[in-house]
Amino acid sequence: MMILGSGLLALIAVSAFVIVRTDDVTNQIIALSFYGLLFALMFFIFQAPDVALSQVTVGAIALPLMVMLAITRMKHREELNKRKQEKSR
Amino acid sequence: MLDHYPYYVAAWIFLCGLYGIVRSRHLVHTVISLAILQTSTYVLLLAIGFRKGGYAPIFADISPGVVTVDPVVQALMLTDVVVEVTVIALLLAMVVKAYEQGGTTSPDDLRYMRG
Amino acid sequence: MTPKIRLLVFLIGAVGLGAVYCAGARNMPPWAEYRGPYGDVIASLAVFERHATDTVNAITYDYRGFDTLGEEFILFSAVTGVMLLLRPEKAEQKNRNEESNENPQPFQDAAALSETVQVFTTALFGFSVLFGVYIAAHGQLTPGGGFQGGVIIAAAPMLLYIAENTDAFRRIVSHPIVEFFEGFGASLYALIGFLALLAGAPFLTNVLPLGQTGDVFSSGTIGLISTCVGVEVAAAFILVTYEYLREILSRERDQER
Repeated sequence: MMILGSGLLALIAVSAFVIVRTDDVTNQIIALSFYGLLFALMFFIFQAPDVALSQVTVGAIALPLMVMLAITRMKHREELNKRKQEKSR
Repeated sequence: MLDHYPYYVAAWIFLCGLYGIVRSRHLVHTVISLAILQTSTYVLLLAIGFRKGGYAPIFADISPGVVTVDPVVQALMLTDVVVEVTVIALLLAMVVKAYEQGGTTSPDDLRYMRG
Repeated sequence: MTPKIRLLVFLIGAVGLGAVYCAGARNMPPWAEYRGPYGDVIASLAVFERHATDTVNAITYDYRGFDTLGEEFILFSAVTGVMLLLRPEKAEQKNRNEESNENPQPFQDAAALSETVQVFTTALFGFSVLFGVYIAAHGQLTPGGGFQGGVIIAAAPMLLYIAENTDAFRRIVSHPIVEFFEGFGASLYALIGFLALLAGAPFLTNVLPLGQTGDVFSSGTIGLISTCVGVEVAAAFILVTYEYLREILSRERDQER
């Protein structure tokens, strides 16, 4: 159990570094979802089922959802501005 | 060194998040790095409360005399996980507004207020 | 300050922070040997004192219930902040009227889901809501509780959006009763605390009858608070989703006309 936990912690450390080095924001969402799932697995292995349930629903689903909604809204606004510029030309 | 292994991992994740904030060129990247910084506290709290051979502190199917891990730190983490995502939603709303008013998502270009 | 100098200053600070932290972490007790008394005391007493089998939720909603009240109000104010920031402005209203007078191109791409996927995803909506209600109501017995159940309920309307049933999604998500439930859940938690004051005990004491361990209606106020928090968290997440998608949804509605 402790060997599995230690291996998972090493994987989490590598994953955190990979996320901050990813430059494209849309790619970061998928990496963030994977990171949240790793955390849920870690909570489960370290005998914390309540927090694992929280982390699965929130960290793997709701947090990437919020980021994706923000990016969608920004892209939507960008497309509207572009279309307005083309119309006014 | 192996005795305190999760504490070092927590410090590494914290520094990774801070590195992402310092080096970011897109405001959403900054917010995601802040989320990673918050997860380092979960690793630290979990490591403090863990006990080798302990069961989960849910007594639905084990009897109340069994050795368990610490439930207090789990209670601290449980509400934190859900509240974190709402605060991130608020920060992202600010990022969306800054983009709509300023026209750019790079933190270096948003230096001066306009309008 | 150029990016390179910024990075250099950060690295110096990070090395310093890491060194001091590691020097301090070496004095902590070794990993996986939890010594402290409080966890063991609560784990052995919570089942008998509160008739709740889930110790973590007993701590969250009863022993440390005041902290959870504060966290719930953090959630409430963050959602209020999102609604304030993303409210539609007058200039946006004028833009939308101009846009809908011309003929805009559709925002979605041309790929459509097959009907099987749409039907099954829509059928999963009811099961998701039921599962979320089950987890929120059984907070004192099994792992779960208000926060987790609320998020599961709030993620259910997204299934409708994925199944391209945007009409139903819009009607659920923009209904004014969602705002009412958010405030209702938050204030009911505080009112349950005042109920304890009326019974002559300190704020947020567990004054309702404790019932039998393992029953759904047991452990007094823990189950009640768990349900209130579930309602509030579900409403909060649905509101945030609606605020982000408000522009896109209204454009899709204008296109459908």
